Amino acid sequence: MNHSNTVLYLAETTITTGLAVPPVPTPVTVSEFPPFAVQEPSTTHWQNVLIEGFYFLAAVLFILGLKRMSSPVTARGGIVWAGIGMVLATLVTFLYPNLGNLGLIVIAIMVGALPAWWLAKHVAMTDMPQMIALYNGMGGGAAATIAAVELIKGTQHSLIVQTLAVLGAIIGSISFSGSIIAFAKLQSIMKKSWLFANQQLINLVLFIITLALGIFILIQGPATATVIIILFFSFALLFGILMTLPIGGADMPVVISLYNALTGLAVGFEGFVLGNAAMIIAGTVVGAAGTLLTQLMARAMNRSLGNVLFSGFGATGGQEMTEADVQGSLKPIDANDAAIMMAYAQQILIIPGYGMAVAQAQHKIWELTKALIEREVRVKFAIHPVAGRMPGHMNVLLAEAGVPYDIIYDLDEINAEFAQTDVALVIGANDVVNPIARTDPSSPIYGMPILNADKAKNVIVIKRGRGTGFSGIENLLFYADNTRMLYGDGQKMAAELLQSVKAL
Amino acid sequence: MIEGFTALYIFMLAAFTGYEVISRVPVILHTPLMSGSNFVHGIVLVGAMVALGHADTTLEKTIGFIGVILATGNAVGGYVVTERMLEMFKSSKGGTK
Repeated sequence: MNHSNTVLYLAETTITTGLAVPPVPTPVTVSEFPPFAVQEPSTTHWQNVLIEGFYFLAAVLFILGLKRMSSPVTARGGIVWAGIGMVLATLVTFLYPNLGNLGLIVIAIMVGALPAWWLAKHVAMTDMPQMIALYNGMGGGAAATIAAVELIKGTQHSLIVQTLAVLGAIIGSISFSGSIIAFAKLQSIMKKSWLFANQQLINLVLFIITLALGIFILIQGPATATVIIILFFSFALLFGILMTLPIGGADMPVVISLYNALTGLAVGFEGFVLGNAAMIIAGTVVGAAGTLLTQLMARAMNRSLGNVLFSGFGATGGQEMTEADVQGSLKPIDANDAAIMMAYAQQILIIPGYGMAVAQAQHKIWELTKALIEREVRVKFAIHPVAGRMPGHMNVLLAEAGVPYDIIYDLDEINAEFAQTDVALVIGANDVVNPIARTDPSSPIYGMPILNADKAKNVIVIKRGRGTGFSGIENLLFYADNTRMLYGDGQKMAAELLQSVKAL
Repeated sequence: MIEGFTALYIFMLAAFTGYEVISRVPVILHTPLMSGSNFVHGIVLVGAMVALGHADTTLEKTIGFIGVILATGNAVGGYVVTERMLEMFKSSKGGTK
């Protein structure tokens, strides 16, 4: 009896790795209270089955949730499923064997949850991209801290697992500091793209130093001095900052998506370190899904990932267009005439751009749409993949105004319909309807897929003034014979159109 | 502990799953889906909890504490933001699904 108990106790110590845990009973105590000694290991086993079972359930819920989130009909349910998975996984983690610092854990969860919840509830829909960047960065940072604790503690791992810990640390740190920069840029805290001499060379050197420190940590193993580990993390964080600084605001969505994938990967790697299946599966799934999403976005923006990461936007920019290149003139129209044109049309396609959201015109536009539908005009929304600040952002903004998703079409679905369209209403969009992308190989936006608004019988452009678009390129559509310009603030013009249509 | 080829198999299968699960997503859902996948890697919270729960020295505890705060922010913020966006998607036949 005594002999078997001692064996059990030894088995226990190897699992606990001697951490700050409730005092482990000495063998003497064990033999004094045989009932407890027999029960203790079976309790741990029962806990492990419960934890692994719930992690498994959470992983299934995450995958099903993501699957549901990829169709508009089931999307809402998808996030709820994933949410249930997260709550289950978090709660069951409290049963982890020998989990200490419970008070600290609860406090940290409260400190993290309350501001995040409040901020997420109150942020405007137009600011969604930077919020995603912020929360994503936090996840990457968390993955890096897991690696930091493991490395400082010097837990003995196999070389492969140790390598994954170091890789996860680098990736997580880059994702953290990079996402913070992305957030600052989109929030306009930081306005400029920082370009300086030898930037790419400096970044390369920084990356090599980070890698070298990582390899050094691998060779030294648990004996590595804490200072080296701190230095390693500092360089990884610095690299994330400098890598993101030169990237322009227009390319940020691709970068945020990339960091999202990276965080997933880092979480997966740290999952291997902790032997945590839920983290491995959820992290890897997000890593793969995020990579695909990044590719889709980059393709929609006609940018390659390498292009986004290694050149500031505009650095490759084409030559300025002179007035002589533009044929025709800008022909203004007033709201009343535009309203008549629209009210007697059979089909209208509305092309909204980020300018519409800035002017907060989406609610008025939806009211106008409803008034036109009442007059039995077919109205559809045509969305360019980069309308808004990231692919799909415009859909969110329209959904906020109440526009149902089944009258919203994306570029591939709608482009053939412009020829049968009486009026194309362009509001707050510019480069995405510029026909120069089809015709002029010297233009920086040449080759970008555009909405063929110029093929419609009539085009009405609501625009604040005569300036050029984001890329600074003259828009040939505005000078076309079938185009009329409705100058003014988006919201005000939409209201006037609405009034005129109702008065007819 | 998950080691060696078992780990590699899990990694490979999970990667394919992630790729397949969203491969047919329409552009209109790109932003919410990115936000949703951002929420899913909030699972890092369980790892951060374990790291803090097993931390001994003040330095380890401090880093672990920051880790749990960051991970909670990722999970909670990611959920609320995604839910707010998806809540708004309605069909013209009426009703949120």
